[in-house]
Amino acid sequence: MAIGTKKERIDSLAESTADDSGVSLAASAWKRLRRSPVFLFGSFIIVAFIIIAVIAPWIAPHDPSARDLADQVIKARNQIPEPQPGHPLGGDLQGRDFLSRLLVGAQQTLLVGVFATLIGLAGGLALGTLAGAFGGWVDSLVMRIVDVMLSIPQLLLAFGIGALFAKPNLFTVILAVSIVQIPVFARLLRGSMLAQRGSDHVLAATSLGVKPGAIVFRHMLPNSLGPVIVQSTLVLATSIIDAAALSFLGLGNPDDRVPEWGQMLGGAQTVIDTHPQLAFWPAGCIIAIALGFTLVGESLRDALDPKNRR
Amino acid sequence: MLRYTVRRLIQLLGVVLVLSLLVFAWLRALPGGPASALLGDRGTDESRAALEQQLGLDQPIFVQYFKFLGRAVTGNFGNSTGVQPGDSVVDIFVQRFPATLELSIFAIVIAVVVGIPLGYLAAKRRGTWFDNLSVGGSLIGVAVPVFFLAFVLKEVLASKLGLPSVGRQDAIGATRVTGFFVLDGLLTQEWDAAWNALKHLFLPAIALATIPFAVIFRITRAAVLDVMDEDYVRTAEAKGLTAQLVRRRHVLRNAMLPVVTTIGLQIGALLAGAVLTEKVFAFPGVGEALALGFERRDYPVLQMLIMVAAIVYVVVNLLVDLSYALIDPRIRTR
Repeated sequence: MAIGTKKERIDSLAESTADDSGVSLAASAWKRLRRSPVFLFGSFIIVAFIIIAVIAPWIAPHDPSARDLADQVIKARNQIPEPQPGHPLGGDLQGRDFLSRLLVGAQQTLLVGVFATLIGLAGGLALGTLAGAFGGWVDSLVMRIVDVMLSIPQLLLAFGIGALFAKPNLFTVILAVSIVQIPVFARLLRGSMLAQRGSDHVLAATSLGVKPGAIVFRHMLPNSLGPVIVQSTLVLATSIIDAAALSFLGLGNPDDRVPEWGQMLGGAQTVIDTHPQLAFWPAGCIIAIALGFTLVGESLRDALDPKNRR
Repeated sequence: MLRYTVRRLIQLLGVVLVLSLLVFAWLRALPGGPASALLGDRGTDESRAALEQQLGLDQPIFVQYFKFLGRAVTGNFGNSTGVQPGDSVVDIFVQRFPATLELSIFAIVIAVVVGIPLGYLAAKRRGTWFDNLSVGGSLIGVAVPVFFLAFVLKEVLASKLGLPSVGRQDAIGATRVTGFFVLDGLLTQEWDAAWNALKHLFLPAIALATIPFAVIFRITRAAVLDVMDEDYVRTAEAKGLTAQLVRRRHVLRNAMLPVVTTIGLQIGALLAGAVLTEKVFAFPGVGEALALGFERRDYPVLQMLIMVAAIVYVVVNLLVDLSYALIDPRIRTR
């Protein structure tokens, strides 16, 4: 695995799920996934966080944006509300209930991950399908653009895009971390579509007189989705981490009425020596959810790899 | 080999040209337009008008682009507006780059020296608790935000180990010769300064090394697992070579090919990681300048440093590809 340049690495992932046996790949992959402790543990984490995000408004003891404990915040003495009955984790710098903010924070954090992945995926699908379906000069043109985007270190490019906005908000953060994923998805998809152009099932469809559009969307695209799904799962993790890094550099969403873990972590940087809990809790949540997505992504990759089929 | 090199160099030139186009477009898209972006808060209406005329903003867009290229080629990237106000951006780069290079080299050395042996051992003991533990650890390593790890090292470990928590080496700095803090101390035989610089380097280097370490570890493990199944390894064992010889000559040498490439690719992670790590430790390198540049919207500094970072990344990967072609003859013929 993973031989050659970054481009070749993506390409080899694209080819790795090419399928040529009788049993459907999805069926055999699912059979192995069900027994994989890594997959089960990862999906347990993800499902737990999704449940928290959904029921957060009901289980959160307080309004996450209400400054209930503002009278206990003493700026001059660098004092914030201690844990107390009704507020088990105390309050934040503004005197808002910290536990409620953590619970409700799951919503926006997952939204950042999901939307960043969807935008990256949509852009990559469009470019990759264009290149892979047409080949020739369209392919060359699209791939040169993709290569240049890949030539800037990913996180640095996200910082650069984030800096373009005078007034950053949640959407600009999502945009910054998602655009940098487009070239990866595009390259991945183009690789596995090109690999199929010469394959038997495409030849069969062509000779039956199926229209080119239908071949691309009904035959080539569905068969290229394995590596894309794997990559999406991994991108869910990186986009949440990258969004936190943007907040840390002051390129994140300054409006913190609705909590988000990356923003909570970035905002805690100046008080990390006096109030470490303000950083450790959101960081712990980010690490846990990123780990969950990574574990599922890695076990999916293993399960979909034809080399592992026995 | 020569043809391959020339072809890759031409490709590199193309990438750099398109990059310059991107940076040009980026500068144009910044809030307030390029003139106010470049002048920052200190810009008056007059200075803005003067700069607009100098930049030729009234001229056709392609003329503007060629002027931009001309300035870039002659090294005129303007003056900093927020990081070190008034200083030439090129001076800032020259002054800060060696520190970042030194930090990155330390980090990649740590990642390689720990990652490769650990990856080899994990592959050899596949499925044992040692293997599972190190794979699990490497997965967690990728999930931790770099700047948070840097904070934890700084707040928790620094005092316990008696290491300095911020990177201001100027306190007992050596006389500047090359700009590499440790090297300068050694060259001028100011051992205290060299030791002090080394201590300042330790924690940031560890924070920066985590992600490259995790990736190098996992690639090494996978590569060794792949190679161990190969027929030539079985043959080598069958003809009675010692385990050590098989390991050195057959397993490790073949497994190293993908690892070398991975190390090159990690340069990108290092450059972005340096921005976060140097900010946490107030380490006086280009990464800190970039972090401050983003915070204070110092676009002249950002413009040049992003361009340089991209070029460094592309050149390093070109060198890696070339060395790869040198190791593996099959690539040259492609």
